[in-house]
Amino acid sequence: MSDLITDKLNMVFELPDGSSVHALKDVTFTLKKGELLSVLGPSGCGKTTLLNIVAGFLHPTGGSIKLGGSIIEKPGVDRGMVFQQGALFEWLTVADNVNFGLRMKNADKEETKQKVEEWLDIVGLQGFGDTPTYQLSGGMQQRVALARCLINNPDLILMDEPLGALDALTREKMQSLVLKIWKETGKTIMIITHSVEEALLLGERLFVMAPRPGRLHKQYRLPFAEMGLDGDPREIKNEEKFVQTREEILTMIWNMEEEIMGKVEAA
Amino acid sequence: MIVAVLYIALLIVFFWSILHGRKVVRTERTDAVFGNPIRTQGGYHWVACGVSSLMLVWFTFSWDAGRAFFPNSANELCQVAKLNRALNPIRSAFPLDNRHLLGTRILSRDLYQIELLTEELNELDLTDTDRGNLLLLIDEVREALVLQASSEFIAPDIPERFQDIATRIEQLALDLQNHEFPGPVDEAKMAEALAQPGWGESSTEIPVLPKTQRGRIFDVAAEIMEGITEDFSEIRNDGPELTKRIENIRERIQELEGIADQEAYKEVLKDIEKISKRVDDFRVFPTQVTQGIEASLILLEQAMQDRQGSLRFIDTLVLPGGDILAGNNACSEQGSGRWLPKPSDTLATFIWMADPAQGYKGFPLFWYKMKPVSEMIDFLVPDSVADLIPGEYGHHDEEGNIHSSFKDRIYNFASGDFDSFSVPVPTGHIWDSILRVLAGLILGILLGVPLGLFMGLSRFAKGYFDPLVELYRPVPPLAWAPLILTIFGIQDDGKIFLLFMVAFAIMVISARTGATGTQLSKIHAAHSLGASNRQIIQQVILPNSLPEILTGIRISIGVCWGTLVAAEMLAGTTGIGFVENVARKQSDYEIIWMTIIVMGVLGLLFDLIMRIVIDKTIPWRGKG
Repeated sequence: MSDLITDKLNMVFELPDGSSVHALKDVTFTLKKGELLSVLGPSGCGKTTLLNIVAGFLHPTGGSIKLGGSIIEKPGVDRGMVFQQGALFEWLTVADNVNFGLRMKNADKEETKQKVEEWLDIVGLQGFGDTPTYQLSGGMQQRVALARCLINNPDLILMDEPLGALDALTREKMQSLVLKIWKETGKTIMIITHSVEEALLLGERLFVMAPRPGRLHKQYRLPFAEMGLDGDPREIKNEEKFVQTREEILTMIWNMEEEIMGKVEAA
Repeated sequence: MIVAVLYIALLIVFFWSILHGRKVVRTERTDAVFGNPIRTQGGYHWVACGVSSLMLVWFTFSWDAGRAFFPNSANELCQVAKLNRALNPIRSAFPLDNRHLLGTRILSRDLYQIELLTEELNELDLTDTDRGNLLLLIDEVREALVLQASSEFIAPDIPERFQDIATRIEQLALDLQNHEFPGPVDEAKMAEALAQPGWGESSTEIPVLPKTQRGRIFDVAAEIMEGITEDFSEIRNDGPELTKRIENIRERIQELEGIADQEAYKEVLKDIEKISKRVDDFRVFPTQVTQGIEASLILLEQAMQDRQGSLRFIDTLVLPGGDILAGNNACSEQGSGRWLPKPSDTLATFIWMADPAQGYKGFPLFWYKMKPVSEMIDFLVPDSVADLIPGEYGHHDEEGNIHSSFKDRIYNFASGDFDSFSVPVPTGHIWDSILRVLAGLILGILLGVPLGLFMGLSRFAKGYFDPLVELYRPVPPLAWAPLILTIFGIQDDGKIFLLFMVAFAIMVISARTGATGTQLSKIHAAHSLGASNRQIIQQVILPNSLPEILTGIRISIGVCWGTLVAAEMLAGTTGIGFVENVARKQSDYEIIWMTIIVMGVLGLLFDLIMRIVIDKTIPWRGKG
């Protein structure tokens, strides 16, 4: 029972000038073990705030959030994170980055070594263990970040626009990798993204969030992630239902953006 | 010889590097545009060019190259300088270097002062009688002055004596043109001259006796000239009329002094006396009687220039930026030749001082001495350690035997009271300086980095320590020096503390910058990977701050080095700055330059080491 359950999450930031920003309002959802969730929305809708709360970097000002029945209070090994730029420790080699979590809890060295080999294998970085991370390309860095997060065997994997900085081709490859890992490990994954296509493809479930105040606007259950496990992602992207949903969501976000602009202009 | 070869090699390197540089630029023209930073990469030939041009300037302007290529030139120029020196008293009386005759200058000055005195007198509050008396006296002085210029009153033999001087100078000019002059070589004298120490080999710098034929010409001429000059300066315009007038004026002054009662009156009288005493020198002559000498001097100068020949080119081109001047019994280099020591001499001084038996002020430059380990333990382990051991110190018994306890043995150990083997310990001026810098630096790093990281992570620490660090940091370290040296003493403690202060501030600031510059996502990642706060500092923030910290260390070394040398100049008895300070007081330019070069090279060495360390330890810098 390691579901992620949130109940009326609220997050209000007090600004130094006395005003406040309502970043999240009444966000309530349940993410079951093994589900793959994409969160999409225009900038300023509170995606990253939501992620930071789940990760334990922020405390919500209202509501509750539980993982596996216990309230999330601080960052923990049960929630692994992957960041946009990888956030690798560039002074360490690939292997030392990957085994960072195990080293922090003084795990057995032999076992660690074996696990690192295993995970480098899974993410497709065999033989790169001794390479300094600053010599890797962006895609390879993200693979290291994935391995570093997965080696800790977290219940929940949080990804903050993990593929945002990659070129289109690398991105597609990485999307397949994420799907593969999702299938093979059966982990619960939550991905923040600003690419609609990515959200559709990587979202067994998809939340579209709306800004001001940040809230859940619409939820989808989508078949594309399942299809992507075996099929060619490019073909899936051409399917009628995919195109339809994509256009629907794009229009939705477009309208939200328009609304914001209108508000700004009116003010 | 070595210098000559080196000089030519430097010239070749200099021109080669320029030609090579031009070649490289031509090949690059297609693939690098202006502003492209790649254009600064490589270019070691320009390093060679810079170094060689610097060395060429040094060799040239210190006259080391001149000495190597023309070892006798200084000796010959010394002889010319002797002649010039002998000639100078006569020369300066004529408008050759000056615009006016000496007599004209004296006369115009004295007349002007009389003018001033008259004006002053009219403004003074004096009785009419007094004023009249003084004005009368002033008139008499003026008349005496003017009288000197009149050929009517000069002593009858003066034109003749001047003519004699002119003839003798002309003869000397002719002699200089005559190739027989100055006659056969005196073997004994020549042997003596050749036995002199060479240029720069003794404290007299330039051998004073002529070693060459060309030198002899000017040496002999100088001797003759000295005789002429002596006779010239004995000629005075003290004809009977002038002498009588001066005598009268003097009597009159004495007379008036007798009846003087007012202070202002006495002052004026004194001024008049001063001017009249100048007339007493009788150095003003009617212009026509000295004209012959002026003409003969021009002849002599021409002859001197002709006879010097190539020596004049050597003087201006090979020995640039100064002159060789003759003193009473020695010749010396002046200008850059004096204050810019020759590289070869500087190196020789360094080698001489580097000999541990020699050293400087009884202390070697860099050497080692054997020191028993016990002494170091005495220094490192506080004696009070023994007090912490349980038990009692030993005491003597009835028979007077002393029973030492374990506590005693610990005490003996801590106070260094035991036999031990010796280890070599670096000792010497340069070592002392280096060790002080390192001690200050390491203390600064050990305390500054943790505080800096703390300040980068904690609002309290940032706020609390910021005023402290930021207030003392901008004060130049030398402004602290007097205070610190008073509190901690002029020995190593004070200097190390001063250097610690310098390094500490820099390390705090750089560590703080490094800590605040850590990407939040890296810290988030570490948190979610299960790192504790302590682990995050050790494993994430510290390595992430390394680039800043290492840059801080690099800057600290430079600043510490500069501060140390200055501190050593203020106080202390060892260290490279001390050496320079003593050398400065003794105007020993060679040692001053030697110390400057040692400091420069050591500073460069430190920086090179830091560059290598930075490249090795933080290769990811700028690539993360």
